Amino acid sequence: MKLSRRHAVIGAATGLLARPALAQNKYGPGVTDTEIKIGQTMPYSGNASAYGVAGRAQSAYFRMINDQGGVNGRKINFISLDDGYSPPKTVELTRQLVERDQVLLMFYSLGTQTNTAVHKYMNQKKVPQLFVATGASKWSNPKQFPWTMGWSPNYHTEGAIFAKRILQTDPTAKIAILRQNDDMGGDYLDGVKEGLAPIWKNVVADVTYEVTDPTVDSQILQIRNSGATIFIDIATPKFAAQAIKKIAEIGWKPTHYLVSVAASVGAVMRPAGFENAQGIITAQYAKDVTDPGWAKSPDYIEWKAFMDKWNPTANQLEGSNVTGYAVAVNLVKLLKQCGIDLTGENVMRQAADMKDYDIPLLLPGIKVNTSPTNFSPIRSVQLARFDTDHWSLFGDLLSQDAHA
Amino acid sequence: MAADATSWATKSGFGKMAILFWAILAALPLIGYVRDDPSFDYYMFMGQSMLIYGTAVLGLNLLIGFNGQISLGHSAFFAVGAYTTAILMNFAGMPYWATIPIAAVVCFGAGFLFGLPALKLEGHYLALATFTLAIAVPQLLKYKAIAGWTGGVGGLLLEKPDPPFNLPLSPDQYLYYLCLFVSMLMFWFVYNLLRGRSGRAMMAIRDHPMAAGTMGIDTALYKTVTFGISAAITGVAGALSAITIAYVAPDSFTLQLAVSFLVGLVVGGIASLPGCILGGVFIVLVQNSAQSISDWMKVSFSLRYDVPAWAIYGVLLLLLMYFLPSGLMGGLIALKERLFGAKGPDSTDDPAPQASRND
Repeated sequence: MKLSRRHAVIGAATGLLARPALAQNKYGPGVTDTEIKIGQTMPYSGNASAYGVAGRAQSAYFRMINDQGGVNGRKINFISLDDGYSPPKTVELTRQLVERDQVLLMFYSLGTQTNTAVHKYMNQKKVPQLFVATGASKWSNPKQFPWTMGWSPNYHTEGAIFAKRILQTDPTAKIAILRQNDDMGGDYLDGVKEGLAPIWKNVVADVTYEVTDPTVDSQILQIRNSGATIFIDIATPKFAAQAIKKIAEIGWKPTHYLVSVAASVGAVMRPAGFENAQGIITAQYAKDVTDPGWAKSPDYIEWKAFMDKWNPTANQLEGSNVTGYAVAVNLVKLLKQCGIDLTGENVMRQAADMKDYDIPLLLPGIKVNTSPTNFSPIRSVQLARFDTDHWSLFGDLLSQDAHA
Repeated sequence: MAADATSWATKSGFGKMAILFWAILAALPLIGYVRDDPSFDYYMFMGQSMLIYGTAVLGLNLLIGFNGQISLGHSAFFAVGAYTTAILMNFAGMPYWATIPIAAVVCFGAGFLFGLPALKLEGHYLALATFTLAIAVPQLLKYKAIAGWTGGVGGLLLEKPDPPFNLPLSPDQYLYYLCLFVSMLMFWFVYNLLRGRSGRAMMAIRDHPMAAGTMGIDTALYKTVTFGISAAITGVAGALSAITIAYVAPDSFTLQLAVSFLVGLVVGGIASLPGCILGGVFIVLVQNSAQSISDWMKVSFSLRYDVPAWAIYGVLLLLLMYFLPSGLMGGLIALKERLFGAKGPDSTDDPAPQASRND
């Protein structure tokens, strides 16, 4: 928009002759008058196949958009390939998409290691690597990697926000941490560490588990014995549910902070037992569709209608259906903003100029905002407390400065 | 069957065929100068992957096909090779080419040491022991004490090499030639090894361990050394993979990789050298085509559900095994025999006697 306005000014200054140049369509690779080609790698098979849900939801969403006439008359040709969460496969498929299939951009490819494997490549090739689906903090680095952008608030930010609240509300309490021994756990821990720096000595236990462990029962016992009264729970859904159950079973009553990746009502709270989950605190940026509190909000109703009609075989309790959908809506909005200049350069220019995008299923008040120096589209979260059978939000929107 | 497959490898015409074959592979990058195809570099990259997987399968083939020991854990040696290269390039600042022989030595050591206790295990028990290796290594790479070297879960990023001496090649063409050169060296080495006394000893152990022992072959030594060499070759493939991908991470070396080596081996043809390359091609191409077939089926039959790509892969594999039980190479030989008539007398097991006595 900005660009065409500037062109318009030049056009006005140089007279009518400049007008045809203004209306000139500019196409990058993968774009024609009728089509926009978009690539993606997703783990539809392998260890992380549970996340493949997002890719399917997006395929369905783009089918719906195409059915409604596409983006400014161009159909989206969405090529989403299975990399099985294996970095060499991601490199191979990404190169196939960029060099052979000539996509305009890569969209929401999933995984930290997999995206790392093509990070440099995408920036050398100058093909947008948009809205990568990982919570690592390294994707928002416009200076070194101007062709890469993340989307969701990163784990680091969330960890720091938990820490900030602990520092404000309970600076003398003993703190225990349980975390998954992988990059997700590490990123959260870094954020927590940063926020807790002044009172890090209060951390009496920092216990890890492996994603291959059968249960975290022994870790919970170990943590309880440390005498902590604040518990930071950096676990994925299965282990979070186990931890909540075990804590109730042994009659421990800490202030329980649960990371957002494990805050699903349907996948964690219900299996763990609502009576065991009362009072747990989490941070959210998107609406939890398994939370009956949102049942009447218009964006939920719209999402539900979309899911029922276009993605009927999906399990609607899985949170990836929500984030996958929301980020796809964001992309379509961005492509509309690009207008007739559908080159990689302009896509990045416009992606760095998203102003107050209202994206469905984000929490009320959270808007997508970027600038040439801010490549973190969503920077705010809100704390929520579990109450009877749903999360009730409290306090203000919280944000943490982006980390380069 | 195995005897059929090994006999041709040592026939006199084989060397000439091999030279022709490698010459054709070496000429492929030149197409890039004739055809102006924007995706040519991508095809070169595919070629690199095929050669790398072909070399890894070669390592496995030496062990399974020619020595009769089963390994489900060669992804571990592939990983050790890749990480050796990555760590040397990253922390010791070594040039990429110098790390390849070191990766070979390290993997030989790893394979030899693993082979020592594993020797007590025969057949399926060895397969299980190597299986644990395949699942343990990705976990070990994340282990905190060595995470400083391995990069932990995050892995290590490397610099992709540029062609030296201002050669008029694109980086991918150059890397293709690097992979071609190294894998050719590996095949040449294995070819010579198999034609010699050691090779006959290995195959004798495979065919009849007790008889081999009676003939004075130190079966224990041969088996461990074969395990070591096999690991070294697969490790070299791993080193090449680290260089061409320019990134190593634990998730690259899962059990699935070990299984795809095994699939490549069986599909290409057990105890067949050209079969290894066919296996490498299979590993790279067929997984991708399974996905395309799945997409195609969904669109053209307007199905409501996705057809799982891995199910298609399974069906393809079943069909292949049903129609070509001795692999692609076995199938080619059978085809040749049907077309030109079976060659009777020279399919005996004793290869070129003069050449082999010298070592």
